[in-house]
Amino acid sequence: MEILVCVKQVPGTTEVEVDPVTGVLKRDGVASKMNPYDLYAVELGLRLAEATGGRLRALSMGPPQAKAVLLETAAMGAESGVLVSDRRLGGADVLATGYTLSQAVRTLGKVDLILCGKQTTDGDTAQVGAEMAEFLGLPHANNVQSVEPDGEGYVKVRIDLDSHISVQRLPLPCVLCIDSEVNTPRLPSYRRKKSLPPDCVKTISLDDFGDREPAHYGLTGSPTQVERIFPPEKNSEKEMLHGSGEDMAKELAAILRCRKLI
Amino acid sequence: MSFSVVTRENMEALRAIVGQENCLWGEEISPDYAHDELGGVERMPDILLRVHSTEEVSRIMAYADTHRLPVVVRGSGTGLVGAAVALEGGVMLETTGMNRILELDEENLTVTVQPGVLLMELSEFVQSHGLFYPPDPGEKSATIGGNISTNAGGMRAVKYGVTRDYVRGLTVVLPTGEVLELGGKVVKNSSGYSLKDVIIGSEGTLAVITQATLRLLPLPPVSVSLLAPFDSLDAALDAVPAIVRSKAAPTAIEYMSRDVILMAEEYLGKKFPDTTAPAYALLTFDGPDLSQVEQAYAGTADLCLELGARDIYLVDTDERKKSVWDARGAFLEAIKASSVEMDECDVVVPRSRIADYIKFTHALAKELDMRLPSFGHAGDGNLHIYLCRDGMGRETFEEKCRLAFERLYAEAARCGGRVSGEHGIGWAKKEYLAAHSAPEELALMGRIKAAFDPNGILNPGKVI
Repeated sequence: MEILVCVKQVPGTTEVEVDPVTGVLKRDGVASKMNPYDLYAVELGLRLAEATGGRLRALSMGPPQAKAVLLETAAMGAESGVLVSDRRLGGADVLATGYTLSQAVRTLGKVDLILCGKQTTDGDTAQVGAEMAEFLGLPHANNVQSVEPDGEGYVKVRIDLDSHISVQRLPLPCVLCIDSEVNTPRLPSYRRKKSLPPDCVKTISLDDFGDREPAHYGLTGSPTQVERIFPPEKNSEKEMLHGSGEDMAKELAAILRCRKLI
Repeated sequence: MSFSVVTRENMEALRAIVGQENCLWGEEISPDYAHDELGGVERMPDILLRVHSTEEVSRIMAYADTHRLPVVVRGSGTGLVGAAVALEGGVMLETTGMNRILELDEENLTVTVQPGVLLMELSEFVQSHGLFYPPDPGEKSATIGGNISTNAGGMRAVKYGVTRDYVRGLTVVLPTGEVLELGGKVVKNSSGYSLKDVIIGSEGTLAVITQATLRLLPLPPVSVSLLAPFDSLDAALDAVPAIVRSKAAPTAIEYMSRDVILMAEEYLGKKFPDTTAPAYALLTFDGPDLSQVEQAYAGTADLCLELGARDIYLVDTDERKKSVWDARGAFLEAIKASSVEMDECDVVVPRSRIADYIKFTHALAKELDMRLPSFGHAGDGNLHIYLCRDGMGRETFEEKCRLAFERLYAEAARCGGRVSGEHGIGWAKKEYLAAHSAPEELALMGRIKAAFDPNGILNPGKVI
């Protein structure tokens, strides 16, 4: 099985400070690491590759230094990595990121299964995987806890829908966003890290895509415009809604309407 | 030595010192205060006093000395040798209410704390100021007073030393009630006998610690652990002297076998990142930045591979550290949960002898037909060997423990080792300390005890 896992480089700590004057994240001196949620997808991908005699490749988008997370994925057992890195892609929101990744996937030849983490620790939107799948026209599922290929072009997936577990049979290729804590991710191997071939991570740019129109990417391709980033006020007040998902959604919508937030 | 029983009149006098709400008497005292976590001995104190100041402790000690009431000091009760059990009943002083961090002195790099501050609270506090208190015993809910009383060691001893190396000053109350300030914030001190160092590790038998000034270091910003799987425990242990000889400076060198890891998995309900090898060495390196740490560990990683490690796994992020060190931190509880009853041997040998010593324990386990799982600080020679009762009857278990302890301590002595590396002697290991110490040394300890505590009221029946 040809498996692709999407990974992202995020700040190494969850306590990134926001400069109160400029509203910019203070990234100086903050070490980076792989998004911890992606580790579960990498582990699941490696196990599936081992079980099916297939291979796992990794894909990331980011500045040149994001190559480090692809090397890390390779040290965990992935065969190779592709980094999408291009200044014209900078400032992308979730939609533009999903589109960029979908374009990158199309350059990678045969892919049976695409795995993502459920969300990232820096953006926390949990949208990119699903959006990429939509742009690729592929079926997708989030909060996936287990994946069993049946050898006949389908996978049986177990999906946590909060109120219940849904078991579905999805046709390949598809995109699955893997829930956290579904496995114990293996540690990167020093032996593998030392023996990685120099070309195990390839960098591609917009010029390699089918759609080379710069306006479709980066800041200009993003409907979301960030005006300001600021640390949220600390607020310990909370209201808890109870009941079924449907009831709580109705109640929440009513509250938001009542407060003129929607 | 005979002591008086705590009478109602004594109780009322002591209650007047600490206040009604801090004085528990007879059946008001929870049975938890009768034991520690492993010592194998139980006895309820007659009265439990929750103390909050040096002055209170001083008044209590003066009263207890006058009335010949035995006094035992207890922190969180996480000891493993029964040191904080009131063997003679009497008065128990609980210090957990003295839990204030009094001062952080960033010019002298010291922190001054009350004895009831928990190790985890202390670490978190100093780390939030970019500072580092290196002693790192596994039991993070122990009090700092307890750590000082046992001269606790922990995982980082191989590079940073033990609790004693981080105690600059102590405020103590003598058994007769006098208050002494020993040491201070000074880095050097050649001013007479170091009474502070006599009190550190004295297991609450010489004085009551009511305040401590601890030495801090700048926090090393980066640390990476290496998990090295080996084909056998012997192979993992044989690598340790070579690592030490290579002059690499890891902060920790731990060893663990697969069976202990599997027990921790079961106990925690969480999987360890790798259980394919029979044994592992776990090494940690720290430093000012990642590239320097990578440079520091590369030589050791290559050396481990040469010495037969199947691979070296990198434990370099908070999540990965948690997945490995959570298991390491749970080994004691996991082994405890795996057997109906157990006893422990906290022996220390020169680190060059670790491999031979562990091989000896394997042979002994076979000979006695008894499970003796172990793990420990390979880098500093301190081992924790567990004697498991499993299906044995109580009498058989006790007999086998007696035999096993005799053989374990005799072998340690033969290797140039000592009875306890970090848990102390307390009540449980007294006879072994006596058997493996020179009579003159024990007699001198006895005279020191008498000099501090002429009436022998403080923690009677412990250590010697």
